[in-house]
Amino acid sequence: MLEYKKEISLVLLRDTLRIRMIESRLAELYAEYEMRCPTHFSLGQEAVAVGVCHHLKKQELITSAHRSHAHYLAKGGSLKKMVAELYGKKTGCATGKGGSMHLIDLDAGFLGAVPIVGSTIPIGVGASFSAYLQGENKLSVIFFGDAATETGAFYESLNFAAIHKLPVVMICENNLYSVMSPLSVRRPEGIKLSNIPQGFGVQSFHADGSDLEEIYQTAGQAIEYARSGKGPVFVEYINYRWLEHCGPLSDTHLGFRTEEDVINGKKKDPVRNYKDKLLKAGILTDSEFSKWEKEIAEEIQEAISFAKESPFPEKEQLLEHLFAA
Amino acid sequence: MSRELKFVEALQEAQDLCLERDPSVYVMGLGVSDGAAMFGSTKGLVEKYGPKRILDMPVSENAMTGVALGSALTGMRPIMVHLRLEFAMLAMDQIVNQAAKWHYMFGGQASVPMVIRMVVGRGWGQGAQHSQSLHSWFAHVPGLKVVLPATAYDAKGLLISAIEDNNPVIFIEHRWLYNMTDKVPKGMYRVPLGKSNVLLKGNDVTIAASSYATIEALNAAKELEKEGISIEIIDIRTINPLDEEPLLESVKKTGRLIVADIGWKHAGFAGEIVSRVVEKVYQYLKEPPIRITLPDVPTPTTRALSNFYYPLPSDIVSAVKKLLGKAAESKPDIKPEDFLDVPYLEFRGPF
Repeated sequence: MLEYKKEISLVLLRDTLRIRMIESRLAELYAEYEMRCPTHFSLGQEAVAVGVCHHLKKQELITSAHRSHAHYLAKGGSLKKMVAELYGKKTGCATGKGGSMHLIDLDAGFLGAVPIVGSTIPIGVGASFSAYLQGENKLSVIFFGDAATETGAFYESLNFAAIHKLPVVMICENNLYSVMSPLSVRRPEGIKLSNIPQGFGVQSFHADGSDLEEIYQTAGQAIEYARSGKGPVFVEYINYRWLEHCGPLSDTHLGFRTEEDVINGKKKDPVRNYKDKLLKAGILTDSEFSKWEKEIAEEIQEAISFAKESPFPEKEQLLEHLFAA
Repeated sequence: MSRELKFVEALQEAQDLCLERDPSVYVMGLGVSDGAAMFGSTKGLVEKYGPKRILDMPVSENAMTGVALGSALTGMRPIMVHLRLEFAMLAMDQIVNQAAKWHYMFGGQASVPMVIRMVVGRGWGQGAQHSQSLHSWFAHVPGLKVVLPATAYDAKGLLISAIEDNNPVIFIEHRWLYNMTDKVPKGMYRVPLGKSNVLLKGNDVTIAASSYATIEALNAAKELEKEGISIEIIDIRTINPLDEEPLLESVKKTGRLIVADIGWKHAGFAGEIVSRVVEKVYQYLKEPPIRITLPDVPTPTTRALSNFYYPLPSDIVSAVKKLLGKAAESKPDIKPEDFLDVPYLEFRGPF
C-alpha cells in the first residue's frame, strides 16, 4: 500500500480505469467499421503505462510500438486527437495519415509509435543521446513488448546505451504472446528475460505488470537509477493481453490459448484488484469510483463525438508533407 | 577563391564548415575518427571537434541509424558514414520504414534532418559486397532524397545543402571520384538539391548520367569532339527529387538520348530516365534511347571478369555513333589480364 501518498493510489487507479474504459468503448465501436485501421487494444495491459508514466515530467520523452494507446494516454496524449486519428480524421494526432499504429503527441512528450517491432528502441535511445551530445542528461522511456527483445535493434540499442551510460529506461511488457506465437518458440527454455541486460552491465528489474503498486514502485526505482546518471535500465513486467493481437475480439477459437487461459489471465485484472484493495483499506469508496466512471464516460463520449463530427482531410493533403521545408 | 581540391577533400571541407557553424551537426560511423578517416573524408575532424561529435560506433548499423534518427527528431543534425554502401543495408528498416516516412506519417509534425553518406566501391577486386550502387532502390522510396555528386565542386556544395536540409538524404559517393580534382571555392556555398546540371553543352546527343558515369560521359565527349560530334551532358546530381526539365529540354534539342548509370539495368534508374523522356517528349526522339549500365549480375572479383563487367567510355562512344548512324569503331581489344580494375595505375588496395 502506498501509505505515504494515498492520493497517488487514487490517481493511479483512476488513470488505469480511464484507459480501461476508453479501450473498452473503442473496442465496442470498432464493430461499426468506421475505425478503419489495424488497432491493437491495450485491454488488460493498462496498468504498466500508468505506473511508469506517473513518474515522468511532461518534457521527458517516451516512444512506443504497435500497442500504444495506453502509453499515449498515460503520458497525457490528447484523447480527442487519438480517437479522431483512429477515425482517419484531419483533427487526428497525425492528421489521419497515421492511424492507431502511428500515434504522436509532441506536446505531451510522446515522440511517436510505430508497428515495426523493435524499431522505436534505438529511436528512443537517440532522443536521449541527443541531450548527451549537448551535455545534458535527459531521460527517455521506451515501451515495447516481449517480442522486441528478439530483434537485433534491441541488443544493439542496449549495448550502445550502456557504452555511453545514457539515461534510458526500457520497459518491456511481456504479455506472453507475439501475435499468437508463444514464448516457447521464441526463447530458449529457462531463460529469464530480465537476466539478459545484465550481460551488458545493464541494471534490470522484474515485476508483476498487473499490480499497480508494484509497477509504480519498480518504475520509480528504475527511473531514479537512470536519472542519476548510472546508465540504462531494463524492466520486465509480466502482463496479459485480453483481446486478439489486433482487433476488438477474442482469439481463443484460434487454438493457441483456451477460454480458460484467458479467464485465468483476467484474474490478474489491475483495475479490479487494486480497486478492491483500496476499498478494503478505506481509501476509496464505491461512490467515488462510480463518480469517476461517470466523468470518464462523459469524457469518452465527448471525444467520440469530436472524432465523428470532425472532417476528413482534403484530398490535397495526399501529396502534402512528403518533404519537410 | 577557387583552388583545386580533390573530391575527398571537398567532402571533408563541407563537413568541417558545417560542424564549425552549427553545434547540432555531428558525424558518426565505424572508423570516422580512426587513422584512415573514411578514406580521408573525415580527416582532422576528431582533432578539431572531439570524439563526441566525431563518433566512432559499435558495428550496429540498424540501431545506430535509429539513434541518429531519434537524435534528428530532437534537435541534432547527424551525418552517418558507411565505408561501403552495403553496410547501410543492415539499416533498411530505419532508413526506409522510419526515416523516409516519419515526416509524412505523422502529418508533418516532425522532421528528420539527417545525411547518410555511403561509398560505392570499385576496383582492386571489391567483389559482390563492396561495390554496389543501390541508388535506384533508395530513389524508389518516397521521402528519401538521393544525391550522387560527380565533381569535387558539387561534392562540397551538395553535401552542405544535404546537411542543412530537413529531410533524410542518401548521399552516394563513388570511390573512383575521391582523388579527382576540381575548382572548389573556399568557404560556404551551396549546390541546391533537386537540380540537374547541364555540365556540357552540345547539339547532337544527350547523355544523362550521374556520379562516376558522368565522368565517363565527359571522357567520351572529349573523344567525340575530335570527330566533330557535339555531346550535351545532363548531370543528374539528385535523383530524388528528380529535376527533369533540363533533360527534357536537351532531348527536344538533340532528339537522341543515352543514359549512363553506375547501377544495374533491370528496374533501375536508367530505365526511369528513359521512361520520363518517352512519356513526355516522345515526338522529339529520332532514335530509341540507349542505356549503358552494368550487366545484371553481381560484381565479380577477378579482373579477368570485372574487365568485362564495367562499361567503358568507349561503350558510350559506340552508343553515340550508333544513334548518329555512323560506323561503330571496332571494339577495344580488352584482355583478361589488363589492369582495368583501377582508375589509374597508382590506385592500390588492399582496401
